[in-house]
Amino acid sequence: MKQTFYDRIGEAVYRETLENGLQIYVVSKPGYTKKYAFFATRYGGMDTRFCLDGTWEDTPAGIAHYLEHKMFDTREGNALQELAKNGAEPNAFTANAMTGYYFDSTEHFEENLRILLSFVSIPYFTDESVAKEQGIIGQEIRMIEDNPDWQIYTRMLQAMYQNHAARTSIAGTVESISHITAQTLYDCHRAFYTPSNMVLTVVGDVDPQHVVDLANRVLPKLSGPVIERDYGEEPEEVAQKEISLAMEVSAPQFLIGFKCKPVAPGPDYLRMDIIGDLACDILLGDSSPLYQRLYEKGLINTSFGGAFEMMPGVAYLYAGGDSKDAHTVSAEICKEARRLVEEGVDEEFFQRVKKAAYGSELRGLNSFETIAVAMTEGYFNGFDPLKFPQEFETVTAEDVRAFLAENITEEHAVLSLIVPKEA
Amino acid sequence: MEANRIQLADGVYLTYLPGRKFKTSLLSAQFVTPLQQETAGANALISAVLRRGTVGCPDMGALSAKLDSLYGASIDYTVRKKGENQCVGFVAGFIDDRFAPQNEKLLEPVSGLLGELICDPITRHGRFVPEYFESEKTNLVDAIRSILNDKRDYADARLLQSLCKEEAYAIPRLGSEKDVEKLQPQKLYAQYKKLISTARLELLYCGSADLERVEQALRAAFSTLPRERVEEIAVALPHIGREKAQYVEEQMDVTQGKLGMGFSCGSDDTAALLMGNTLFGGSSNSKLFLNVREKLSLCYYASSVYHRQKGLITVSSGIEFENYQKSYDEILAQLAAVQQGDWEDWEIEGAKATLLNAYTSMNDSQGKLENFYLGQAATGHTETPSELAEEVMQVTPERICQAMQTVKLDTVYFLKGKEAAE
Repeated sequence: MKQTFYDRIGEAVYRETLENGLQIYVVSKPGYTKKYAFFATRYGGMDTRFCLDGTWEDTPAGIAHYLEHKMFDTREGNALQELAKNGAEPNAFTANAMTGYYFDSTEHFEENLRILLSFVSIPYFTDESVAKEQGIIGQEIRMIEDNPDWQIYTRMLQAMYQNHAARTSIAGTVESISHITAQTLYDCHRAFYTPSNMVLTVVGDVDPQHVVDLANRVLPKLSGPVIERDYGEEPEEVAQKEISLAMEVSAPQFLIGFKCKPVAPGPDYLRMDIIGDLACDILLGDSSPLYQRLYEKGLINTSFGGAFEMMPGVAYLYAGGDSKDAHTVSAEICKEARRLVEEGVDEEFFQRVKKAAYGSELRGLNSFETIAVAMTEGYFNGFDPLKFPQEFETVTAEDVRAFLAENITEEHAVLSLIVPKEA
Repeated sequence: MEANRIQLADGVYLTYLPGRKFKTSLLSAQFVTPLQQETAGANALISAVLRRGTVGCPDMGALSAKLDSLYGASIDYTVRKKGENQCVGFVAGFIDDRFAPQNEKLLEPVSGLLGELICDPITRHGRFVPEYFESEKTNLVDAIRSILNDKRDYADARLLQSLCKEEAYAIPRLGSEKDVEKLQPQKLYAQYKKLISTARLELLYCGSADLERVEQALRAAFSTLPRERVEEIAVALPHIGREKAQYVEEQMDVTQGKLGMGFSCGSDDTAALLMGNTLFGGSSNSKLFLNVREKLSLCYYASSVYHRQKGLITVSSGIEFENYQKSYDEILAQLAAVQQGDWEDWEIEGAKATLLNAYTSMNDSQGKLENFYLGQAATGHTETPSELAEEVMQVTPERICQAMQTVKLDTVYFLKGKEAAE
């Protein structure tokens, strides 16, 4: 087992790759009573079209999320209850490019880990149990459809991408999930829940060798092939400049999104992530001149915020909140980006923002979930997330300027709006 | 983790929690004051206006620059309801000195800034800067209105308002839109002066610095805090259950209905009610989750919360409109099952384990610790998380039945859709 110390941030990680191809990370956290396990597959809402046994399969939108719900069923009953009996707090989520199952517990950690590895690797569905879930997930979809935050975000991605599967709603629709059967779930499980497509991260005060031994005992000895996916050819142009929806909300909301150039997996992925985050902070973060100007004019309020996101084949910077005049705010953001590109980023301001961003990365390490998700994303995208201090050292104001020049322009922008419904 | 609580001045207390395992330190300063209709909105607005600038850092730009240079320290204003008290103030988070690249000391400057925000706001002609006042007032009104946007939160709030009508517990933490609209700069400044001189101040630190250093930093930071006759915090009176349950309905243009049910608890055996509630709807192992969701597929969420200070249990669920009666009946049936002791051993073990895990893992999160100890201080309790866990462990099935048998339906709230437009 390989052990790495990260002196600058006070972390230690054990790494092991099992013979079946599973990657394991154990992040030591002496002094903590809580232990956390995160078992993830590189399979999410956008993996609907893939090649299995030589044939291209088109599966219904929402299937990865549906599978996540049904994985908790076991021949003996339900793993959620088994874990909860031990006082563990289990849960799972489906993102665009991954599905993760996790729990934290203070007692019976190894028994809980055994349950986790077992239920995620052994599927058990019946037509009846799959049909029954339609009601539950149907209500989850209704719930998010009533949620303006979800609507505005999903619709922004649909405006931004013409073909890429990132525009597919992770949960699907009540209609799309009605086509899901036990057989399609078994097929997707076989394709994507194979050890070489997965990673296990444990965070806490645990014996790493026990984790490896347990995984070797519980998981399949062999792995399936690597599955080819098709996310769709995506041109540089956005699909639609503006998209709007009326809902029962208290005030108009907006999100402006900029379609950015995606980055291939590798160490550059982490670097681009840092540059994109810094660009976002410099352009429109709390301490930026633009933020203060818009806030003081009453064009934005504390609900305003932004972020930079990346996933395979996709990268975008977005920002939004409540505003009575979204078009002015959007125009101001584009104008500020142009100014920064023309005049360059002030070196002192850049150093200050970098300092703050570094502190914020470090603070993230308090959260076991943040660490586990970062390790998983790092594995799937070919970088080591705990090397961020080294990357921070070499990123310059010029990198940020170049990023803004390439990506944050009017032709890459889309605007998603939610307006209050007239009573 | 051993908490240490000391008095620094008249009505000023420090809760000190040593924590070397964290990457960060947390520092919180909260005024605790009885929740009242007349002052709730003003108190909420005060913390937002204070966050706009101090004499030393007079605008957002200067404040942000200062925080950035402290490695992205955050200082957020907070407005919380604890029992029938309102807690307003700031929570600061900053990287622990050990991880500052040049070994800079951060506790002292962050404490200093916190003290400045509270004691030394930027003013003009003896009141808050008018632009700050106006823009934060607009923001607060927007924030109060925005509860409408999350229908689950909205339904939960509406249930509580109907359930506790005429009681302080029904007052929203941010106050009402109407009361905030009426606020005037002069009055707000007077209320600010009153708040900082008469309300109890709860300080909390969690991090690697030793108590002596923390005490020194905070004494210096709050040396100019005025102190006059410090008022008592409010002690919440238990809710008196209605003889006959009331039914409240609302219509909105939504695709999912929200069913909320409020119950009064006649027992004061809080540990038994805590267990009973966990069995009923407090975990993914609970009767509501297993039956209303998993068995009958009526909803995505159905869960319950026990409000210890008020002796209440509230249930929250999202359902199809036409499943109202089915869900209503099933929720009551599951409550009856708990009341009759109709459960298996594993359910009890699971509920105990869930609560035990929640209490013990609290020591691993600075945010949870701060929220917990503030709640304890604001409701006059002194137990540590492990003492509460100990109490729960001793609850017997008989006690659960006895306590849960006093739980009676009081208020039902239903948010339904509008008839489809022709």
